[in-house]
Amino acid sequence: MNNQREQARLMKGNEALAEAALRAGLQGYFGYPITPQSEILEYLAAEGPKRGAVVLQAESELAAINMVYGAAGAGARVMISSSSPGISLMQEGLSYMASAELPCLVVNINRGGPGLGTIQPAQGDYFQATKGGGHGDYHLIVLAPASVQEMADFVFDGFRLAEKYRNPAMILADGALGQMMEKVVLPPEGSLPRTEKPWATTGKPAWRERNIITSLFIQPEKMEQVNLKLQKKYQELQHEVRYETIGVEDAEVLMVAYGLSARIAQKAMELAREQGIRVGLIRPITLYPFPYEAIAHLARNVFSVLVVELNAGQMVEDVRLAVNGRRPVSFKGRMGGIIITPEEILEEIEELAEHYRLVRV
Amino acid sequence: MEFTVQYDGMELVYKRPATLTETPMHYCPGCGHGVVHKLLMEVVEEMGIQERTVGVAPVGCSVFAYNYMNIDMQEAAHGRASAVATGIKRMLPDRIVFSYQGDGDLAAIGTGETIHTVNRGENILIIFINNAIYGMTGGQMAPTTLLGMVTSTTPYGREAAVMGHPLKITDLVAQLPGAYYVTRQAVHTPTAVRKTKKAIRASLEYQQQQKRGTCFIEVVSNCPSGWKMTPLEANEWMEKSMFPFYPLGDLKVPGRS
Repeated sequence: MNNQREQARLMKGNEALAEAALRAGLQGYFGYPITPQSEILEYLAAEGPKRGAVVLQAESELAAINMVYGAAGAGARVMISSSSPGISLMQEGLSYMASAELPCLVVNINRGGPGLGTIQPAQGDYFQATKGGGHGDYHLIVLAPASVQEMADFVFDGFRLAEKYRNPAMILADGALGQMMEKVVLPPEGSLPRTEKPWATTGKPAWRERNIITSLFIQPEKMEQVNLKLQKKYQELQHEVRYETIGVEDAEVLMVAYGLSARIAQKAMELAREQGIRVGLIRPITLYPFPYEAIAHLARNVFSVLVVELNAGQMVEDVRLAVNGRRPVSFKGRMGGIIITPEEILEEIEELAEHYRLVRV
Repeated sequence: MEFTVQYDGMELVYKRPATLTETPMHYCPGCGHGVVHKLLMEVVEEMGIQERTVGVAPVGCSVFAYNYMNIDMQEAAHGRASAVATGIKRMLPDRIVFSYQGDGDLAAIGTGETIHTVNRGENILIIFINNAIYGMTGGQMAPTTLLGMVTSTTPYGREAAVMGHPLKITDLVAQLPGAYYVTRQAVHTPTAVRKTKKAIRASLEYQQQQKRGTCFIEVVSNCPSGWKMTPLEANEWMEKSMFPFYPLGDLKVPGRS
């Protein structure tokens, strides 16, 4: 590799993510095959050992997340990836990791569910990803990429945030982002510095007390203190909120969509604007923390808010919390691995324009 | 009441190893956990590996092992101790890593992790305390509960047709090519204690020498509270009923087939 700026290359989302993980200084990866994310495991199995990363195919997602627990507790930069059913199996481990304050990066290439579901793209895991997912009061840090470029970039952001806040971070993508090929400029190798982890169980030298990684606090007073500490951390995390806005300045209808849906919504927005309907889009980039304030602010200047998701309506609940009844919030979604078209969204926008007698410009 | 001990002119024959904390153990009178904890920590001290040892405590009576062992430790989810130990060992291959698990943890909810960890030949020590009962939750049936044995969930005795047979997981583990050293020991007599300590020492030395494979020590132990017996009765019952089904001795020794 020379010192010139990285060349853009054509890569699959899953492979760009895996390559970015190695460039971010990945030390351990534990996984289990499941469509549509197996390329991550395959790529790392081939490349990881050559570049100093331990890569292990576990006997189950359950074992894999607990290997991540052990490895993260030992102070390593670790990643795990799966798709929806496999992520469900990891929820126990993620709850333990959140409580024990262990950083790691989890990748969910969301597929249609519930149950074994389908291998096609979906966004049905929003609740699970953003509301905790496992038992107890905790949150993951959740990043939602919308392009192959972001699949690569967010690996760095995910590790950085996870280590800064000692909390598991998740990249919530979907089957389409994982499988599609796009132009990507990969972040440079070694550009993510190692963080100090004085709490890690690396063996107790004589000069310090023993380090213990645990999520067991059997005295209620102690457990409450741990909970308060976690809640304080989630408050601090709110400063890390990220979102993108497109065409919101003159908008009369505000769309809210993340990930793949946001790309489709953007196309629908362009079609609507061709007809003179002033539509804007806000794309939450962090799903936790969620951009409540930005949405509340933007909603004040529009007649109506439209949420687009590839599920039965999950993020729409957070949008309603943000809007707090000040504007009507409607929802358009498809499920089961069906990808909504810009035309379907356009129909919804046209109906809203009709209903509110919006002036076409 | 206070005791004053005069050491002057006396030979010190026993002391708490520095690898054990001063926290009084919560284990019931007669329970084997305290002895095994002590043996393990004595070996760590004698080998001078406190700085390089990382332990994993599972869910079960020994979940608080980290309160007593003065080393870096991780508490694992129920059944996942060997997976957690795998994660630690793969990241820190020059450290001495062990998991310390009960029968419910290792042979029921964690069977998959146990088998696959040993099958991969993870270079760790697994200590398996088999007292044929769930102690922490109040005396329910374990995978290793003997046929006919009464527990709170087998009030009429374990019946094979309904609850299946006691699982000899150590015999299963010994079949796996990844197992380096597999032995079944006890801690109810001074002789048994010495043998168990020898097995622990051998296992940690193998690990230190980077012998490729898992060392697995089953300790057939008692549970006076769960068995509703006095410590003495429990040890007698263990010899009479447990040892015939779980015979003590080596199941796999390096260099011997």
